[in-house]
Amino acid sequence: MKYSIFAVLREGLRGGKGWTPAWREPEPKAHYDAVIVGGGGHGLATAYYLAKEHGLTNVAVVEKGYIGSGNVGRNTTIIRSNYLLPDNTHFYEWSMKLWEGLEQDFNYNAMVSQRGVLNLYHSDAQRDAYVRRGNAMRLAGVDAELLDTDGVRAMAPFLDFNNARFPIQGGLLQRRGGTARHDAVAWGFARGADSRGVDILQNTEVTGIRVEAGRAVGVETTRGFIRAGKIGLACAGNSSRVAAMAGLRLPIESHVLQAFVSEGIKPAIDQVITFGAGHFYISQSDKGGLVYGGDIDGYNSYAQRGNLYIIEDVHEAGMALWPAIGRLRMLRHWGGVMDMSMDGSPIIDKTPIDGLYLNCGWCYGGFKATPASGWCFAHTIARDAPHELNAGFRLDRFASGRLIDEKGAGAQPNLH
Amino acid sequence: MRIRCPYCGERSNDEFTVLGDADALMAHPSGDDAAAFYDYAYLRTNPAGQHRELWYHAAGCRRWLVVTRDTRTHAIADVTLASARGDGEAA
Repeated sequence: MKYSIFAVLREGLRGGKGWTPAWREPEPKAHYDAVIVGGGGHGLATAYYLAKEHGLTNVAVVEKGYIGSGNVGRNTTIIRSNYLLPDNTHFYEWSMKLWEGLEQDFNYNAMVSQRGVLNLYHSDAQRDAYVRRGNAMRLAGVDAELLDTDGVRAMAPFLDFNNARFPIQGGLLQRRGGTARHDAVAWGFARGADSRGVDILQNTEVTGIRVEAGRAVGVETTRGFIRAGKIGLACAGNSSRVAAMAGLRLPIESHVLQAFVSEGIKPAIDQVITFGAGHFYISQSDKGGLVYGGDIDGYNSYAQRGNLYIIEDVHEAGMALWPAIGRLRMLRHWGGVMDMSMDGSPIIDKTPIDGLYLNCGWCYGGFKATPASGWCFAHTIARDAPHELNAGFRLDRFASGRLIDEKGAGAQPNLH
Repeated sequence: MRIRCPYCGERSNDEFTVLGDADALMAHPSGDDAAAFYDYAYLRTNPAGQHRELWYHAAGCRRWLVVTRDTRTHAIADVTLASARGDGEAA
């Protein structure tokens, strides 16, 4: 069923009796041309683009919980493409372009809101770094504007401009950046994939990957063995565990990232704003809650919950940026398990095992990448070769030295 | 999370900094063995369960510790001095 204003009016008059489930609950088939492990944003997007762009419809998405129960529902919903290094700039800009047409493309309201992403700078050196990044973005065709103090003040007068240690000197603004409704992104891709014939198998946990003569031939699951022509792993924080089933050891550590929502208030902040002197980013949801976050906790974790000292740290940074938020109560907070890579950039590639493909290493920036990640991973799986856009996101770049280290932090995952 | 330092007793984990997988990082491979160095620098077992990891008691005794911790629950099973392994100071 196509969603439209007319469908809403028609169903409103019929008491909503014509609405059908957005996707089926099929029984697993014995064989699929492709099985995607992980029913999060990236896995569902991969299945969607496999069906839509490559005509591959005998596809299953295998998910141990319910779809969208992982990081796609546990992030701060920010979308942007303000990266410095060429591999990242072009990839994330393609993602931004997909976001811009996504709702029409998959006929689902993902509440994509291009409200602008503003990165603040607080020193001359930081301004120079942001000028460089802005220039790199504009050379790649991405929008970027450098604002001075008055420019920022006009957009967000409530910030602490005269902070003695971290005065706000200006910011780098990407107007096309913004936010999206994260759950709806998972649901939209799921519905789009399902309507093209993809089977979404929820509550189906992969317990093994069967490899015969160097080729992956299927997955063992809690609902039996499923034979697969090709297998794509999109398991985010659990990537190391699932890849280990095929004997692979990854350049990944799993870390917990916390995020926070305040009580709801009237519209106060129109953009996504990031603090440049600490790690803090904040925006406001349509319900009125301030949505914000900061650093990962720093130690390996699969717990989906973090510790108090990071909660304190994030709120200290928030108070340094916007002192008035001290009057608000934190309503809730949660943690997600991040697949932190060794250079802070993702991996979308083939593996040394034929028929097994890998999508991981999103660190805590995977949400914005969802459409392009699925698009590129689908291409890599369908054509058995990476697309130009993900050609740099190789698994072997750590051995070859072609790292993509946006932050220059080295092989220390908790610093990216 | 609180860590029981062998010198200082039980302290809040914000007194410590964490480096990562103790077994990987204390391997100290020779620089001319490229494959072993790649393993050391980049590959991690990253288990969901017991994990031996290096923590530094920065705001305390400034010793490197090997903390055995469950990554699913954050429960700490064991803390020893990294130097007790006979490897000297870690990292």
